Amino acid sequence: MRRGITATALVAALALAATACGSDDKSDSTSKSSGELSGTVTWWDTSTAGSEDKVFKKIAEGFEKLHPKVDVKYVNVPFGDAQNKFKNAAQAGSGAPDVIRSEVAWTPEFADLGYLAPLDGTPALQKQDDFLKQAAASTKYDGKTYAVPQVIDSMGIFYNKKIFKEAGVKVPTTIDELKTVSKKIKSKTGKTGFYLRGDDAYWFLSFLYGEGGDMVSAPDKTVTIDNPAGVKAMKVVKDLVDSGAAKTDATDGWDNMQASFKNGDVAMMINGPWAVADTYTGKEFKDKANLGVAPVPAGSVAQGAPQGGHNLAVYAGSKNLDASYAFVDYMTSVDTQAQVTKELNLLPTRTSAYAKEDVVNNEIVGFFKPVVESAVERPWIPETGSLFAPLVTEYTKVLTGQTTPEKAVKTTGDSYRKLLKGWK
Amino acid sequence: MAVHTSQSVVKAAGDDVARGRSRGTGNPPPPGRIRRALSTHWYAWTMVAPVVVVIGVIIGYPLVRGIYLSLTDANERNVARSIGVNHLPATYKFVGLDNYTDALTGEQFLGTLGWTLVWTVSCVTITFALGMALANILNRKIAGRSAYRMALILPWAVPGFVSVFAWRFLYNNDRGLLNKVLAGGGFDGIDWLGDPTIAKISVIVVNVWLGVPFMMVALLGGLQSIPSEHYEAAEMDGATAWQRFRHVTLPGLRPVSTTVILLSTIWTFNMFPVIFLLTRGGPGEATQILVTQAYKFSFEISPRDFAQSSTWGVLILVLLLIFATIYRRVLRTQGDDW
Repeated sequence: MRRGITATALVAALALAATACGSDDKSDSTSKSSGELSGTVTWWDTSTAGSEDKVFKKIAEGFEKLHPKVDVKYVNVPFGDAQNKFKNAAQAGSGAPDVIRSEVAWTPEFADLGYLAPLDGTPALQKQDDFLKQAAASTKYDGKTYAVPQVIDSMGIFYNKKIFKEAGVKVPTTIDELKTVSKKIKSKTGKTGFYLRGDDAYWFLSFLYGEGGDMVSAPDKTVTIDNPAGVKAMKVVKDLVDSGAAKTDATDGWDNMQASFKNGDVAMMINGPWAVADTYTGKEFKDKANLGVAPVPAGSVAQGAPQGGHNLAVYAGSKNLDASYAFVDYMTSVDTQAQVTKELNLLPTRTSAYAKEDVVNNEIVGFFKPVVESAVERPWIPETGSLFAPLVTEYTKVLTGQTTPEKAVKTTGDSYRKLLKGWK
Repeated sequence: MAVHTSQSVVKAAGDDVARGRSRGTGNPPPPGRIRRALSTHWYAWTMVAPVVVVIGVIIGYPLVRGIYLSLTDANERNVARSIGVNHLPATYKFVGLDNYTDALTGEQFLGTLGWTLVWTVSCVTITFALGMALANILNRKIAGRSAYRMALILPWAVPGFVSVFAWRFLYNNDRGLLNKVLAGGGFDGIDWLGDPTIAKISVIVVNVWLGVPFMMVALLGGLQSIPSEHYEAAEMDGATAWQRFRHVTLPGLRPVSTTVILLSTIWTFNMFPVIFLLTRGGPGEATQILVTQAYKFSFEISPRDFAQSSTWGVLILVLLLIFATIYRRVLRTQGDDW
């Protein structure tokens, strides 16, 4: 009997989990339609814990000053877990937040699954024309608006100016230069030249774009990852690691990357504005001027980085929609965006925010603004958020020598075609 | 079973439970027997009813639903959802045994099964051998015996996820203690969780570390139940230490060791936390075992593939049932009435 139970429990758990996951109770919250907002607004933020989260918590709680009867509950959910956590809670119908900071690629997926409240005509969406076109693109799905852009970003190469000076090198603009610079740094200073994240395929995108490739091409409904460009890009990253120009990890990539860069063990990494606040906490960057940011190195065909960012979306099952709409509006207003830029160097999504003094004078924003404008936009289809899972498995396999670049992109392409019914 | 001839009420009730549950699966015994069983054992029936109901609800329903889902194409996009103002009906359909055909003919299931078997066999073998050695050492009268016993039980007393995270820190490539020690000795660091082969060894090491206390405690209990007269008699006959171990200790431990090996095999086969928290099945899919892959289908990929996940779950259940049956048969033919 006992072993029967042990074994059945697994199936039981799996089946049960599919239907009834997450049982956090949510405090009952109400708001009067007649006027003053009240009740609780729970916000799941995904910003970097330890640096960005403090600022966002402070700003979010500032909403209580405008609406004294509203209680804002700030919850920081690690970015890597948030997509699944939200889906679990949203599907179970309990434990989901009222407002979620949804990454741009997640937004159409959540909307497609029916988890998000449409925001057209609600107070959440104010002065829609003011938003940057690229930022607003990911908030629309099937003719409706499901989110409000909070921040926009792209990627660049972060480098340690002190190490560069010591080694007597200049910032690489192509991948070939990246290799020679990295080798020179190694021989002159003994430090590793470049950190390549091996456990997240988002960090692979700029190499893919550099060879003229892309994951999919939405206008002609074609999977493009297994084109020759995809193979070439996989070869490029594999060569970076195999030749010793870059180091990588198959687990704990984010932590290891930040720790070694902040510590001055690694001279370069590819990263985005979201990493700036955390990087400044490192001992090498007590003097903020030591951090240099430059465009990602170009591949053999092109130069490009992915356009990313975050939106704020309202859960369709929220018991406090009115206060949630007002909260989203507050969090995406010009003043809030300017304050976020001032404290965290993140890029605003409102055109008018770029005229604010705090934003105009921000060096990081000054660098990333043109990068964002020329960044590669991904197709905002519900499956965009699903494209990374198959890719990252194969990407890691290539970097750890478990498969060849050709096989890796082929396997990825096959799973994309399974995912995107009817695509070539 | 035939050996047991006990006539106690409890025993009779146990038999009735089995009969009562098989009735539920649509195989009704003749009505006369039910009436007789009810009139004779109504009290026993009443006493077990709550247990039957609870088991039916917490195991029966999910099990049946899991099997049902494995016969459909259910995924995140087509199951029923009701979120605030949005109500979406279920649109998945019955697809018969397609999922099973896909799983059993595809590379992924068989590949994962292969590694799962290697993982299970090596973990159980090493754990058993180490547990046996430690139990024998600690069964002697040595100074500080209870202190050693306490220390060796510690891994068991620490919550599993805590120790797995501790190991993850030890294994960390840049900042882990293991690589710092190696660097201090002038060696290159080892990529404990990043290299596919080393990652496999690393996860086995952690699981062995976690599993040894259980083996040791169980075997120590077994050792203490072997009468010392047996050893004395063997010694009188001039048996060497190895002969005493081989012909007294091992047969004496047989009832305990068969049970712990069976339990340990099932636990290891489904050892989710070690793999999931240490490597998440990575690098790539090098350390993915069947359960973690089933979890991945259901919770990590999108759209979440509930049908495939259930299929794997059912297959795991079937595999373990087959294993347990064969194991029992083999033991019985060897004269064990277990």
